[in-house]
Amino acid sequence: MSRRVAVCATAQIKNEPDIWYQRFQGMLFDCFESIVSQTGVTFDMEKGIRNVVTCSDDVFDARTISDNGLTDVVGAHFRGEEKTAQDGINGIGYAMASILSGHDDIILLIGHCKESQPESRHMCTNLAFDPFYCRPLGLDFLNASAFQARAYMEKSGITEEHLARVVVRSRQMAAKNPYARKNKMVTEQEVMKSPMLSDPIRELHAYPLTDWAAGMLLCCEERAHEFTDNPVFVTGFGSCMDSYFLGDRDLTDNFALKKAASRAYQMAGVQNPKDAFDMVELNDSYAYQLPMWAEGAGLVEEGEGRRWIENGGMEANHVNTSGGMLNGNPVMLGGLARALEAVHQLRGEAGDRQVEGAKKALAHGTTGPAGQHHAVLILEK
Amino acid sequence: MQKAVDSADAYVIEGKLALPYSYFAGRVGSTFITALRDSKQILGVRCDKCNKVFVPPRQTCERCMADLRENWVQLENTGEVVNFTVVRYSDKHLPRKTPYILAMIKLDGADTPLVHILDEVKIEDIKPGMRVEAVFSEKTTSTILDIDHFKPIA
Ligand SMILES: [Zn+2]
Repeated sequence: MSRRVAVCATAQIKNEPDIWYQRFQGMLFDCFESIVSQTGVTFDMEKGIRNVVTCSDDVFDARTISDNGLTDVVGAHFRGEEKTAQDGINGIGYAMASILSGHDDIILLIGHCKESQPESRHMCTNLAFDPFYCRPLGLDFLNASAFQARAYMEKSGITEEHLARVVVRSRQMAAKNPYARKNKMVTEQEVMKSPMLSDPIRELHAYPLTDWAAGMLLCCEERAHEFTDNPVFVTGFGSCMDSYFLGDRDLTDNFALKKAASRAYQMAGVQNPKDAFDMVELNDSYAYQLPMWAEGAGLVEEGEGRRWIENGGMEANHVNTSGGMLNGNPVMLGGLARALEAVHQLRGEAGDRQVEGAKKALAHGTTGPAGQHHAVLILEK
Repeated sequence: MQKAVDSADAYVIEGKLALPYSYFAGRVGSTFITALRDSKQILGVRCDKCNKVFVPPRQTCERCMADLRENWVQLENTGEVVNFTVVRYSDKHLPRKTPYILAMIKLDGADTPLVHILDEVKIEDIKPGMRVEAVFSEKTTSTILDIDHFKPIA
Protein backbone atom coordinates (compact mmCIF):
# COMPACT_ATOMS: atom_id res chain seq x y z
CA MET A 1 0.00 0.00 0.00
CA SER A 2 1.58 3.29 -1.07
CA ARG A 3 -0.44 5.49 1.25
CA ARG A 4 -1.60 4.73 4.75
CA VAL A 5 -4.52 6.11 6.71
CA ALA A 6 -3.99 7.35 10.25
CA VAL A 7 -6.48 7.52 13.08
CA CYS A 8 -5.60 10.86 14.67
CA ALA A 9 -8.18 11.13 17.43
CA THR A 10 -11.18 9.41 18.94
CA ALA A 11 -13.98 10.73 21.13
CA GLN A 12 -16.87 9.10 22.91
CA ILE A 13 -19.39 9.67 25.62
CA LYS A 14 -19.96 7.07 28.30
CA ASN A 15 -22.21 4.14 27.37
CA GLU A 16 -25.39 4.49 29.42
CA PRO A 17 -28.74 2.71 29.67
CA ASP A 18 -30.88 5.80 29.12
CA ILE A 19 -29.51 9.21 28.15
CA TRP A 20 -33.04 10.64 28.19
CA TYR A 21 -31.77 14.07 29.21
CA GLN A 22 -29.74 14.66 26.05
CA ARG A 23 -30.78 14.62 22.40
CA PHE A 24 -28.62 12.50 20.14
CA GLN A 25 -27.51 15.75 18.54
CA GLY A 26 -26.08 16.79 21.91
CA MET A 27 -24.36 13.43 22.34
CA LEU A 28 -22.72 13.85 18.94
CA PHE A 29 -21.81 17.48 19.61
CA ASP A 30 -19.87 16.44 22.72
CA CYS A 31 -17.84 14.02 20.59
CA PHE A 32 -17.42 16.60 17.85
CA GLU A 33 -16.10 19.28 20.20
CA SER A 34 -13.68 16.83 21.75
CA ILE A 35 -12.20 15.90 18.37
CA VAL A 36 -11.85 19.52 17.31
CA SER A 37 -10.19 20.46 20.58
CA GLN A 38 -7.84 17.45 20.55
CA THR A 39 -6.65 18.02 16.98
CA GLY A 40 -7.27 21.66 16.02
CA VAL A 41 -8.78 20.37 12.77
CA THR A 42 -10.71 22.96 10.78
CA PHE A 43 -13.43 22.98 8.15
CA ASP A 44 -11.38 24.95 5.66
CA MET A 45 -12.27 23.59 2.22
CA GLU A 46 -8.60 23.46 1.17
CA LYS A 47 -6.90 22.21 4.32
CA GLY A 48 -9.62 20.92 6.60
CA ILE A 49 -12.52 18.48 6.71
CA ARG A 50 -14.37 18.43 3.40
CA ASN A 51 -16.29 15.25 4.04
CA VAL A 52 -18.04 13.80 7.09
CA VAL A 53 -19.14 10.16 7.36
CA THR A 54 -22.00 9.64 9.78
CA CYS A 55 -23.50 6.43 11.13
CA SER A 56 -27.09 6.13 12.35
CA ASP A 57 -30.27 4.12 11.88
CA ASP A 58 -33.58 5.48 10.60
CA VAL A 59 -35.80 3.24 12.68
CA PHE A 60 -33.96 3.78 15.97
CA ASP A 61 -34.18 7.53 15.36
CA ALA A 62 -37.79 7.29 14.05
CA ARG A 63 -36.70 9.57 11.26
CA THR A 64 -36.16 8.79 7.59
CA ILE A 65 -32.70 9.90 6.40
CA SER A 66 -31.67 9.99 10.06
CA ASP A 67 -28.52 11.95 9.20
CA ASN A 68 -30.43 15.06 8.16
CA GLY A 69 -31.24 15.72 11.80
CA LEU A 70 -27.62 15.97 12.85
CA THR A 71 -25.41 17.27 10.06
CA ASP A 72 -25.31 20.79 11.54
CA VAL A 73 -23.81 19.65 14.85
CA VAL A 74 -21.02 17.57 13.28
CA GLY A 75 -19.74 20.23 10.89
CA ALA A 76 -21.26 18.57 7.84
CA HIS A 77 -23.09 21.57 6.39
CA PHE A 78 -21.85 23.02 3.10
CA ARG A 79 -19.60 20.04 2.35
CA GLY A 80 -19.74 16.31 1.70
CA GLU A 81 -21.73 14.16 4.10
CA GLU A 82 -22.25 10.45 3.63
CA LYS A 83 -24.13 8.14 5.91
CA THR A 84 -23.50 4.50 6.66
CA ALA A 85 -26.51 2.61 7.97
CA GLN A 86 -24.40 -0.34 9.05
CA ASP A 87 -22.13 -0.83 12.01
CA GLY A 88 -19.94 2.26 12.28
CA ILE A 89 -16.77 0.20 11.79
CA ASN A 90 -17.73 0.15 8.11
CA GLY A 91 -17.43 3.92 8.19
CA ILE A 92 -13.72 3.43 8.91
CA GLY A 93 -13.43 1.27 5.80
CA TYR A 94 -15.29 3.92 3.88
CA ALA A 95 -13.08 6.71 5.23
CA MET A 96 -10.03 4.65 4.30
CA ALA A 97 -11.30 4.25 0.73
CA SER A 98 -11.98 8.00 0.47
CA ILE A 99 -8.48 8.83 1.63
CA LEU A 100 -6.55 6.12 -0.25
CA SER A 101 -8.32 7.08 -3.47
CA GLY A 102 -7.05 10.62 -3.04
CA HIS A 103 -10.58 11.96 -2.93
CA ASP A 104 -10.04 13.39 0.54
CA ASP A 105 -7.17 13.89 2.99
CA ILE A 106 -9.27 14.02 6.15
CA ILE A 107 -12.52 12.33 7.17
CA LEU A 108 -14.51 12.91 10.32
CA LEU A 109 -16.45 9.75 11.24
CA ILE A 110 -19.19 10.10 13.82
CA GLY A 111 -22.11 7.89 14.88
CA HIS A 112 -24.87 7.50 17.42
CA CYS A 113 -27.67 5.24 18.52
CA LYS A 114 -30.16 5.57 21.37
CA GLU A 115 -31.65 2.16 21.99
CA SER A 116 -33.64 3.71 24.85
CA GLN A 117 -35.79 5.84 22.54
CA PRO A 118 -38.02 3.22 20.90
CA GLU A 119 -40.45 1.32 23.10
CA SER A 120 -38.55 -1.85 22.19
CA ARG A 121 -35.31 -2.41 20.34
CA HIS A 122 -36.63 -5.80 19.25
CA MET A 123 -39.52 -4.08 17.48
CA CYS A 124 -36.89 -2.08 15.59
CA THR A 125 -34.85 -5.11 14.56
CA ASN A 126 -38.04 -6.97 13.55
CA LEU A 127 -38.25 -4.31 10.81
CA ALA A 128 -34.92 -5.52 9.43
CA PHE A 129 -36.82 -8.54 8.10
CA ASP A 130 -38.93 -8.66 4.94
CA PRO A 131 -42.66 -7.99 5.45
CA PHE A 132 -43.80 -11.18 3.80
CA TYR A 133 -41.83 -14.31 4.74
CA CYS A 134 -40.12 -13.39 8.03
CA ARG A 135 -41.46 -10.27 9.76
CA PRO A 136 -44.94 -11.68 10.50
CA LEU A 137 -43.34 -14.52 12.49
CA GLY A 138 -41.86 -12.06 14.96
CA LEU A 139 -38.24 -12.63 13.93
CA ASP A 140 -35.84 -10.09 15.43
CA PHE A 141 -32.08 -9.97 16.10
CA LEU A 142 -32.48 -11.68 19.48
CA ASN A 143 -34.52 -14.73 18.48
CA ALA A 144 -32.61 -15.06 15.18
CA SER A 145 -29.39 -15.22 17.21
CA ALA A 146 -30.96 -17.89 19.41
CA PHE A 147 -31.03 -20.27 16.41
CA GLN A 148 -27.35 -19.58 15.85
CA ALA A 149 -26.58 -19.99 19.55
CA ARG A 150 -28.25 -23.41 19.68
CA ALA A 151 -26.55 -24.62 16.51
CA TYR A 152 -23.12 -23.36 17.57
CA MET A 153 -23.37 -24.72 21.12
CA GLU A 154 -24.31 -28.11 19.77
CA LYS A 155 -21.47 -28.12 17.25
CA SER A 156 -18.79 -26.75 19.57
CA GLY A 157 -19.73 -28.34 22.87
CA ILE A 158 -19.91 -24.86 24.45
CA THR A 159 -22.06 -25.10 27.60
CA GLU A 160 -23.81 -22.74 29.99
CA GLU A 161 -20.62 -22.79 32.10
CA HIS A 162 -18.52 -21.49 29.21
CA LEU A 163 -21.02 -18.73 28.44
CA ALA A 164 -21.10 -17.74 32.12
CA ARG A 165 -17.31 -17.33 32.08
CA VAL A 166 -17.58 -15.05 29.04
CA VAL A 167 -20.19 -12.84 30.74
CA VAL A 168 -18.42 -12.61 34.10
CA ARG A 169 -15.14 -11.68 32.43
CA SER A 170 -16.84 -9.09 30.21
CA ARG A 171 -18.10 -7.22 33.25
CA GLN A 172 -14.77 -7.46 35.04
CA MET A 173 -12.96 -5.99 32.04
CA ALA A 174 -15.60 -3.27 31.57
CA ALA A 175 -15.17 -2.17 35.19
CA LYS A 176 -11.71 -0.91 34.17
CA ASN A 177 -13.05 1.02 31.18
CA PRO A 178 -14.28 4.51 32.12
CA TYR A 179 -16.47 4.68 28.98
CA ALA A 180 -18.15 1.32 29.54
CA ARG A 181 -21.75 0.98 30.68
CA LYS A 182 -21.79 0.65 34.46
CA ASN A 183 -23.17 -2.81 35.15
CA LYS A 184 -23.51 -4.90 38.25
CA MET A 185 -20.81 -7.52 38.76
CA VAL A 186 -22.26 -10.99 38.33
CA THR A 187 -21.19 -14.50 39.29
CA GLU A 188 -21.24 -17.52 37.00
CA GLN A 189 -24.15 -18.88 39.03
CA GLU A 190 -26.15 -15.68 38.49
CA VAL A 191 -25.55 -15.88 34.74
CA MET A 192 -26.68 -19.49 34.58
CA LYS A 193 -29.81 -18.68 36.57
CA SER A 194 -30.76 -15.48 34.76
CA PRO A 195 -34.13 -15.62 32.98
CA MET A 196 -34.28 -17.31 29.60
CA LEU A 197 -35.12 -14.78 26.86
CA SER A 198 -35.06 -16.97 23.77
CA ASP A 199 -33.59 -20.42 24.40
CA PRO A 200 -30.67 -20.89 24.78
CA ILE A 201 -30.00 -17.14 25.18
CA ARG A 202 -30.50 -15.89 28.74
CA GLU A 203 -30.89 -12.30 29.84
CA LEU A 204 -27.26 -12.04 30.97
CA HIS A 205 -26.05 -13.62 27.71
CA ALA A 206 -27.43 -10.62 25.82
CA TYR A 207 -25.92 -7.14 25.58
CA PRO A 208 -27.94 -4.69 27.69
CA LEU A 209 -29.90 -1.80 26.22
CA THR A 210 -27.49 1.10 25.66
CA ASP A 211 -27.21 4.66 24.35
CA TRP A 212 -23.94 5.92 22.94
CA ALA A 213 -22.17 8.20 20.49
CA ALA A 214 -18.59 8.19 19.27
CA GLY A 215 -16.34 9.78 16.67
CA MET A 216 -12.96 9.43 15.03
CA LEU A 217 -10.72 11.66 12.92
CA LEU A 218 -8.95 9.87 10.06
CA CYS A 219 -6.30 11.40 7.85
CA CYS A 220 -3.71 10.48 5.22
CA GLU A 221 -0.34 9.50 6.72
CA GLU A 222 1.51 12.53 5.33
CA ARG A 223 -0.67 14.98 7.18
CA ALA A 224 -1.29 13.04 10.40
CA HIS A 225 1.39 15.05 12.24
CA GLU A 226 -0.79 18.16 11.87
CA PHE A 227 -3.34 16.59 14.21
CA THR A 228 -1.53 14.17 16.52
CA ASP A 229 1.84 12.98 17.83
CA ASN A 230 0.42 9.53 18.39
CA PRO A 231 -1.19 8.19 15.21
CA VAL A 232 -2.49 4.68 14.75
CA PHE A 233 -2.63 3.26 11.23
CA VAL A 234 -5.37 1.38 9.43
CA THR A 235 -3.52 -1.38 7.61
CA GLY A 236 -6.32 -3.74 6.68
CA PHE A 237 -10.07 -3.80 6.19
CA GLY A 238 -12.44 -6.38 4.80
CA SER A 239 -16.16 -6.99 4.94
CA CYS A 240 -18.59 -9.61 3.71
CA MET A 241 -22.39 -9.98 3.58
CA ASP A 242 -23.90 -13.44 3.99
CA SER A 243 -27.26 -14.69 2.63
CA TYR A 244 -30.43 -13.07 3.93
CA PHE A 245 -32.68 -16.02 4.80
CA LEU A 246 -31.52 -17.82 7.94
CA GLY A 247 -32.26 -21.16 6.28
CA ASP A 248 -29.99 -20.32 3.34
CA ARG A 249 -27.02 -20.09 5.67
CA ASP A 250 -25.12 -22.65 7.66
CA LEU A 251 -25.49 -20.62 10.86
CA THR A 252 -22.29 -22.05 12.35
CA ASP A 253 -19.86 -21.88 9.44
CA ASN A 254 -18.69 -18.25 9.95
CA PHE A 255 -18.71 -17.85 6.17
CA ALA A 256 -18.92 -14.05 6.09
CA LEU A 257 -16.46 -13.51 8.94
CA LYS A 258 -13.89 -15.79 7.30
CA LYS A 259 -14.19 -13.86 4.03
CA ALA A 260 -14.01 -10.47 5.76
CA ALA A 261 -10.99 -11.57 7.80
CA SER A 262 -9.11 -13.04 4.86
CA ARG A 263 -9.55 -9.80 2.90
CA ALA A 264 -8.30 -7.72 5.83
CA TYR A 265 -5.40 -10.13 6.48
CA GLN A 266 -4.33 -10.08 2.86
CA MET A 267 -4.31 -6.29 2.84
CA ALA A 268 -2.36 -6.07 6.11
CA GLY A 269 0.01 -8.94 5.28
CA VAL A 270 -1.16 -11.04 8.22
CA GLN A 271 0.09 -14.60 7.71
CA ASN A 272 -0.99 -16.31 10.90
CA PRO A 273 -3.84 -14.62 12.77
CA LYS A 274 -3.27 -16.85 15.82
CA ASP A 275 -0.21 -14.89 16.90
CA ALA A 276 -0.44 -11.73 14.80
CA PHE A 277 -2.30 -9.47 17.23
CA ASP A 278 -1.39 -8.00 20.60
CA MET A 279 -5.05 -7.47 21.36
CA VAL A 280 -8.37 -8.25 19.72
CA GLU A 281 -11.86 -6.75 19.99
CA LEU A 282 -14.72 -8.99 18.81
CA ASN A 283 -18.30 -7.77 18.51
CA ASP A 284 -20.10 -10.10 20.89
CA SER A 285 -23.76 -9.01 21.05
CA TYR A 286 -24.43 -12.35 22.74
CA ALA A 287 -22.06 -14.44 24.84
CA TYR A 288 -21.92 -17.42 22.45
CA GLN A 289 -20.55 -15.13 19.76
CA LEU A 290 -17.21 -14.48 21.46
CA PRO A 291 -15.81 -18.02 20.94
CA MET A 292 -17.65 -18.36 17.64
CA TRP A 293 -16.17 -15.18 16.19
CA ALA A 294 -12.74 -16.15 17.60
CA GLU A 295 -12.94 -19.29 15.47
CA GLY A 296 -14.19 -17.37 12.43
CA ALA A 297 -11.42 -14.79 12.66
CA GLY A 298 -8.88 -17.61 12.82
CA LEU A 299 -7.62 -16.76 16.33
CA VAL A 300 -8.18 -20.42 17.15
CA GLU A 301 -8.71 -23.49 14.99
CA GLU A 302 -12.24 -24.22 13.92
CA GLY A 303 -14.04 -26.16 16.66
CA GLU A 304 -11.56 -25.03 19.32
CA GLY A 305 -13.66 -22.21 20.79
CA ARG A 306 -14.58 -24.31 23.80
CA ARG A 307 -10.99 -25.22 24.65
CA TRP A 308 -9.98 -21.64 23.97
CA ILE A 309 -12.25 -20.48 26.79
CA GLU A 310 -11.20 -23.34 29.09
CA ASN A 311 -7.49 -22.71 28.54
CA GLY A 312 -7.54 -18.97 29.17
CA GLY A 313 -7.56 -17.95 25.51
CA MET A 314 -9.63 -14.84 26.17
CA GLU A 315 -6.86 -13.60 28.47
CA ALA A 316 -3.94 -14.85 26.35
CA ASN A 317 -5.28 -13.14 23.21
CA HIS A 318 -6.21 -10.01 25.23
CA VAL A 319 -9.71 -10.19 23.80
CA ASN A 320 -12.25 -7.46 24.56
CA THR A 321 -10.32 -5.47 27.12
CA SER A 322 -13.12 -2.91 26.73
CA GLY A 323 -15.67 -5.39 28.10
CA GLY A 324 -16.97 -6.02 24.60
CA MET A 325 -20.36 -5.32 23.16
CA LEU A 326 -21.66 -7.80 25.71
CA ASN A 327 -21.19 -5.18 28.42
CA GLY A 328 -23.25 -2.67 26.44
CA ASN A 329 -22.92 -0.71 23.22
CA PRO A 330 -25.92 0.05 21.03
CA VAL A 331 -26.56 -1.86 17.83
CA MET A 332 -24.92 -0.06 14.85
CA LEU A 333 -21.95 0.95 16.98
CA GLY A 334 -20.59 -2.32 18.39
CA GLY A 335 -17.80 -2.55 15.84
CA LEU A 336 -16.97 1.15 16.08
CA ALA A 337 -16.64 0.69 19.85
CA ARG A 338 -14.27 -2.23 19.20
CA ALA A 339 -12.15 -0.01 16.94
CA LEU A 340 -12.04 2.80 19.51
CA GLU A 341 -10.77 0.40 22.17
CA ALA A 342 -8.10 -0.91 19.80
CA VAL A 343 -6.97 2.68 19.15
CA HIS A 344 -6.82 3.40 22.90
CA GLN A 345 -4.69 0.30 23.39
CA LEU A 346 -2.29 1.05 20.53
CA ARG A 347 -1.88 4.63 21.71
CA GLY A 348 -1.05 3.37 25.20
CA GLU A 349 -4.06 5.21 26.61
CA ALA A 350 -6.03 2.26 27.99
CA GLY A 351 -5.28 2.94 31.65
CA ASP A 352 -5.72 -0.02 34.01
CA ARG A 353 -6.54 -2.35 31.15
CA GLN A 354 -3.52 -1.42 29.01
CA VAL A 355 -1.90 -4.30 27.12
CA GLU A 356 1.78 -3.42 27.46
CA GLY A 357 3.53 -2.70 24.19
CA ALA A 358 0.48 -3.33 22.01
CA LYS A 359 1.51 -2.71 18.40
CA LYS A 360 -1.06 -4.52 16.29
CA ALA A 361 -4.78 -5.03 16.92
CA LEU A 362 -7.86 -6.51 15.32
CA ALA A 363 -11.30 -4.90 15.65
CA HIS A 364 -14.45 -6.57 14.38
CA GLY A 365 -18.04 -5.50 13.76
CA THR A 366 -21.29 -7.16 12.73
CA THR A 367 -24.54 -5.94 11.22
CA GLY A 368 -27.82 -7.77 10.77
CA PRO A 369 -29.38 -10.89 12.29
CA ALA A 370 -27.04 -13.60 13.62
CA GLY A 371 -23.96 -11.94 12.15
CA GLN A 372 -25.16 -11.62 8.57
CA HIS A 373 -22.54 -8.99 7.78
CA HIS A 374 -19.04 -8.90 9.22
CA ALA A 375 -16.27 -6.34 9.02
CA VAL A 376 -12.66 -6.84 10.14
CA LEU A 377 -10.24 -3.97 10.70
CA ILE A 378 -6.49 -4.20 11.36
CA LEU A 379 -4.86 -1.32 13.22
CA GLU A 380 -1.13 -0.85 13.83
CA LYS A 381 1.03 1.46 15.85
CA MET B 1 -16.35 13.85 28.77
CA GLN B 2 -18.69 13.32 31.67
CA LYS B 3 -20.91 16.33 32.24
CA ALA B 4 -23.25 17.04 35.11
CA VAL B 5 -26.85 16.32 34.15
CA ASP B 6 -29.17 19.32 34.26
CA SER B 7 -32.70 17.93 34.07
CA ALA B 8 -34.58 21.05 35.16
CA ASP B 9 -37.49 21.77 32.76
CA ALA B 10 -36.32 18.90 30.52
CA TYR B 11 -39.30 17.65 28.53
CA VAL B 12 -39.69 14.22 26.91
CA ILE B 13 -42.07 14.11 23.94
CA GLU B 14 -44.06 10.91 23.37
CA GLY B 15 -44.24 9.97 19.69
CA LYS B 16 -45.28 7.06 17.55
CA LEU B 17 -44.09 5.76 14.23
CA ALA B 18 -47.00 4.07 12.46
CA LEU B 19 -47.32 3.80 8.72
CA PRO B 20 -49.79 1.67 6.80
CA TYR B 21 -48.01 0.31 3.77
CA SER B 22 -48.70 -1.65 0.57
CA TYR B 23 -46.00 -3.97 -0.73
CA PHE B 24 -45.89 -5.73 -4.08
CA ALA B 25 -44.98 -9.32 -3.24
CA GLY B 26 -43.02 -9.62 -6.48
CA ARG B 27 -43.86 -12.05 -9.30
CA VAL B 28 -42.28 -14.97 -7.47
CA GLY B 29 -43.83 -13.98 -4.16
CA SER B 30 -47.23 -13.59 -5.83
CA THR B 31 -47.12 -17.15 -7.15
CA PHE B 32 -46.00 -18.41 -3.74
CA ILE B 33 -48.74 -16.68 -1.79
CA THR B 34 -51.48 -17.55 -4.28
CA ALA B 35 -50.60 -21.25 -4.10
CA LEU B 36 -50.45 -21.10 -0.32
CA ARG B 37 -53.72 -19.23 0.05
CA ASP B 38 -55.82 -20.96 -2.62
CA SER B 39 -54.39 -24.49 -2.79
CA LYS B 40 -52.59 -24.94 0.54
CA GLN B 41 -49.45 -25.72 -1.41
CA ILE B 42 -45.97 -24.64 -0.31
CA LEU B 43 -43.81 -23.87 -3.32
CA GLY B 44 -40.05 -23.72 -3.60
CA VAL B 45 -37.73 -23.18 -6.54
CA ARG B 46 -35.02 -25.53 -7.77
CA CYS B 47 -31.59 -24.55 -9.01
CA ASP B 48 -30.61 -27.42 -11.31
CA LYS B 49 -26.99 -26.32 -11.48
CA CYS B 50 -26.62 -26.18 -7.68
CA ASN B 51 -28.99 -29.12 -7.22
CA LYS B 52 -30.76 -27.26 -4.45
CA VAL B 53 -34.40 -26.46 -3.68
CA PHE B 54 -34.92 -23.12 -1.99
CA VAL B 55 -37.81 -21.96 0.15
CA PRO B 56 -38.79 -19.13 0.42
CA PRO B 57 -38.56 -19.00 -3.37
CA ARG B 58 -36.54 -16.40 -5.21
CA GLN B 59 -36.04 -15.37 -8.82
CA THR B 60 -32.28 -15.85 -9.01
CA CYS B 61 -29.86 -18.32 -7.44
CA GLU B 62 -27.41 -16.24 -5.41
CA ARG B 63 -24.66 -18.83 -5.93
CA CYS B 64 -24.74 -19.35 -9.70
CA MET B 65 -27.06 -16.53 -10.85
CA ALA B 66 -29.37 -18.97 -12.67
CA ASP B 67 -32.87 -17.72 -13.36
CA LEU B 68 -35.14 -19.84 -11.16
CA ARG B 69 -38.49 -18.15 -11.69
CA GLU B 70 -40.01 -20.97 -13.72
CA ASN B 71 -38.43 -23.80 -11.73
CA TRP B 72 -41.29 -24.28 -9.30
CA VAL B 73 -41.28 -27.31 -7.06
CA GLN B 74 -44.25 -28.31 -4.96
CA LEU B 75 -43.00 -29.16 -1.48
CA GLU B 76 -44.69 -31.44 0.99
CA ASN B 77 -46.60 -29.83 3.84
CA THR B 78 -44.50 -31.98 6.15
CA GLY B 79 -40.91 -31.77 7.28
CA GLU B 80 -38.53 -32.00 10.21
CA VAL B 81 -37.44 -29.59 12.92
CA VAL B 82 -33.73 -28.78 12.57
CA ASN B 83 -33.49 -25.92 15.09
CA PHE B 84 -35.80 -24.05 17.47
CA THR B 85 -36.05 -21.33 20.10
CA VAL B 86 -38.69 -20.56 22.69
CA VAL B 87 -39.50 -16.85 22.58
CA ARG B 88 -40.18 -15.94 26.19
CA TYR B 89 -40.07 -12.13 26.23
CA SER B 90 -43.22 -10.22 25.37
CA ASP B 91 -43.24 -7.58 22.67
CA LYS B 92 -45.68 -5.97 20.28
CA HIS B 93 -44.14 -7.34 17.09
CA LEU B 94 -44.55 -10.93 18.25
CA PRO B 95 -47.57 -12.65 16.67
CA ARG B 96 -48.28 -14.91 19.63
CA LYS B 97 -48.63 -14.65 23.35
CA THR B 98 -45.31 -15.80 24.79
CA PRO B 99 -43.87 -18.26 25.32
CA TYR B 100 -44.15 -19.47 21.75
CA ILE B 101 -41.81 -21.55 19.64
CA LEU B 102 -40.01 -20.48 16.49
CA ALA B 103 -38.51 -23.37 14.57
CA MET B 104 -36.39 -23.92 11.49
CA ILE B 105 -38.23 -26.62 9.57
CA LYS B 106 -36.77 -28.51 6.64
CA LEU B 107 -39.78 -29.29 4.49
CA ASP B 108 -39.81 -32.56 2.58
CA GLY B 109 -38.55 -31.71 -0.88
CA ALA B 110 -36.63 -28.57 0.20
CA ASP B 111 -32.96 -28.09 1.05
CA THR B 112 -33.17 -24.81 2.97
CA PRO B 113 -35.07 -24.81 6.28
CA LEU B 114 -38.00 -22.42 6.63
CA VAL B 115 -38.56 -20.46 9.84
CA HIS B 116 -42.08 -20.80 11.22
CA ILE B 117 -44.10 -21.20 14.41
CA LEU B 118 -44.26 -24.59 16.08
CA ASP B 119 -47.29 -25.27 18.26
CA GLU B 120 -49.40 -28.06 19.77
CA VAL B 121 -46.26 -29.45 21.40
CA LYS B 122 -44.77 -29.31 24.89
CA ILE B 123 -41.47 -27.47 24.96
CA GLU B 124 -39.74 -30.38 26.67
CA ASP B 125 -40.89 -32.73 23.92
CA ILE B 126 -39.25 -30.84 21.05
CA LYS B 127 -36.37 -32.73 19.52
CA PRO B 128 -34.25 -32.07 16.45
CA GLY B 129 -35.47 -34.36 13.70
CA MET B 130 -39.05 -34.22 15.01
CA ARG B 131 -41.57 -34.71 12.18
CA VAL B 132 -44.07 -31.87 11.77
CA GLU B 133 -46.85 -30.81 9.42
CA ALA B 134 -48.35 -27.48 8.39
CA VAL B 135 -51.64 -26.29 9.86
CA PHE B 136 -53.21 -23.72 7.54
CA SER B 137 -54.93 -20.56 8.75
CA GLU B 138 -58.67 -20.20 8.53
CA LYS B 139 -58.37 -16.58 7.50
CA THR B 140 -55.83 -15.39 4.94
CA THR B 141 -53.39 -12.56 5.68
CA SER B 142 -51.60 -13.08 2.35
CA THR B 143 -48.31 -13.61 4.17
CA ILE B 144 -46.39 -16.62 5.42
CA LEU B 145 -48.98 -16.69 8.23
CA ASP B 146 -51.42 -18.34 5.81
CA ILE B 147 -49.68 -21.26 7.43
CA ASP B 148 -50.85 -20.74 11.00
CA HIS B 149 -48.19 -23.00 12.49
CA PHE B 150 -46.59 -26.42 12.27
CA LYS B 151 -47.53 -29.24 14.63
CA PRO B 152 -46.01 -32.63 15.36
CA ILE B 153 -47.26 -35.47 13.19
CA ALA B 154 -49.22 -37.70 15.53
ZN1 LIG C 1 -27.49 -22.13 -8.40
